[in-house]
Amino acid sequence: MFSLAVFLQSFEPLLWAARYTLLISILGIGLGLVIGTLVCAARLSPYPLLRRFAAIWVSFLRGVPLLVQLLVFYYALPVIGLDVPAMVAAVVTVGICASAYISEIWRGAIAALPRGQAEAAVAIGMTPFDVWIRVILPQAVTLSLPALINELILLVKASSLVSVVGILEITRASQAQAATTFRPLEVYIAAACIYLVINLCLAALGRYLEHRTAV
Amino acid sequence: MLAASSVEMRKVNKFYGKFQALKDVDLSILPGKVTCLIGPSGSGKSTLLRCINFLEEYDSGEVRIDGQLIGYEAPNKKMSGRKLREMRRSIGMVFQQFNLWPHMTAKENVAEGLIRVRRMSKADAERRAVEALAKVGLADKMANHPSRLSGGQQQRVAIARAIAMEPRLMLFDEPTSALDPELVGEVLSVMRTLAGEGMTMVVVTHEMGFAAHVADQVGFMEKGELVGVDSPDRILHHPQDARIQSFLRTYHERNSF
Repeated sequence: MFSLAVFLQSFEPLLWAARYTLLISILGIGLGLVIGTLVCAARLSPYPLLRRFAAIWVSFLRGVPLLVQLLVFYYALPVIGLDVPAMVAAVVTVGICASAYISEIWRGAIAALPRGQAEAAVAIGMTPFDVWIRVILPQAVTLSLPALINELILLVKASSLVSVVGILEITRASQAQAATTFRPLEVYIAAACIYLVINLCLAALGRYLEHRTAV
Repeated sequence: MLAASSVEMRKVNKFYGKFQALKDVDLSILPGKVTCLIGPSGSGKSTLLRCINFLEEYDSGEVRIDGQLIGYEAPNKKMSGRKLREMRRSIGMVFQQFNLWPHMTAKENVAEGLIRVRRMSKADAERRAVEALAKVGLADKMANHPSRLSGGQQQRVAIARAIAMEPRLMLFDEPTSALDPELVGEVLSVMRTLAGEGMTMVVVTHEMGFAAHVADQVGFMEKGELVGVDSPDRILHHPQDARIQSFLRTYHERNSF
């Protein structure tokens, strides 16, 4: 029988673990936005070498599963003499992986803008920098919001993978809880509820931002 | 208004790969005069117009604004970005698709260039933007985003955006082609006012009525060649060249009912 008491009791340790899920997701997407923007800029730059590098970056990171990236990163660093905490390794790997997707999201949004948008700015004598900051990027951000929120939600779920490097986030905490209580069903349903609430909040945030930037 | 510009084009050629879009085009435009370019689609009218502000890079020949070469310092030596931007400041351009920035209101669209390019204060720029919008009859639409304006209103905002910069030359690239027929008139009437104030204007258009009544000279293009440039009367009513006659015949047949 489903035990309501066990179900409710599971929330305390799982919510505690949710801090790590949120921390890794938020820092990961933050890092991913910074790196992804740079990679996208490299991809669209006039320098062939930079463009090539950015293209390789994207195809490698998209082509290897995050789980494998995490393991490689975590076990490779000590080999080259770097001893980083699991948390840092997790955030960096998640961020780097997200950067590949985010740079493609930007690139798609920028490519979707009509060429005339930039031309109108160039024709009145705006500098390339102003054209980007004032005309292209504000529109690209609006266009890519749904895809960015989508990426953030995927990241929250993918953060369960960092349990392999020993971080006690929601999924790993629920496994531990299930093992000690022998009530896996109640525990995992509680875990599912927490993920769902986090992601519904993110979706609502996305709708709010889309509404605010709508023209 | 500041002095109007002259435009002088000599042996201008433009290639897209092997395709020659402009063939040895010569064209002289005197200050304060209105030149309309007509001809079939794909004949190079827009390409020619876009060479005047170097939005399209011509491959050989010369385009001079008030005697100054645009785009190149010397043959095969491109002009610096800074110098090119300086020249473009005094050339206004209006596009077929309006190209207003959708994330800005009408007033912001007009003020943007004044703030970024002319380095005006926000208050001064907005004052100037209000004047320019009033001039095109849109004083009551300043706070609207482009999506809340009709096509004709959007194009008038685009004209206000250009004239607020106090250009000495205005380029119009099929300014009414994307408009519903009933909205064409309001845009043409703003253009007619500008022409009356002595602005040098180059207009790529299919509006033969505008060309006939407002232009000082009409150029006919076909297959990258400027076949003829003459008074509106001689191009539109008494064309000598068979290609012009045939184009106008098709035009009249399509527009008669």
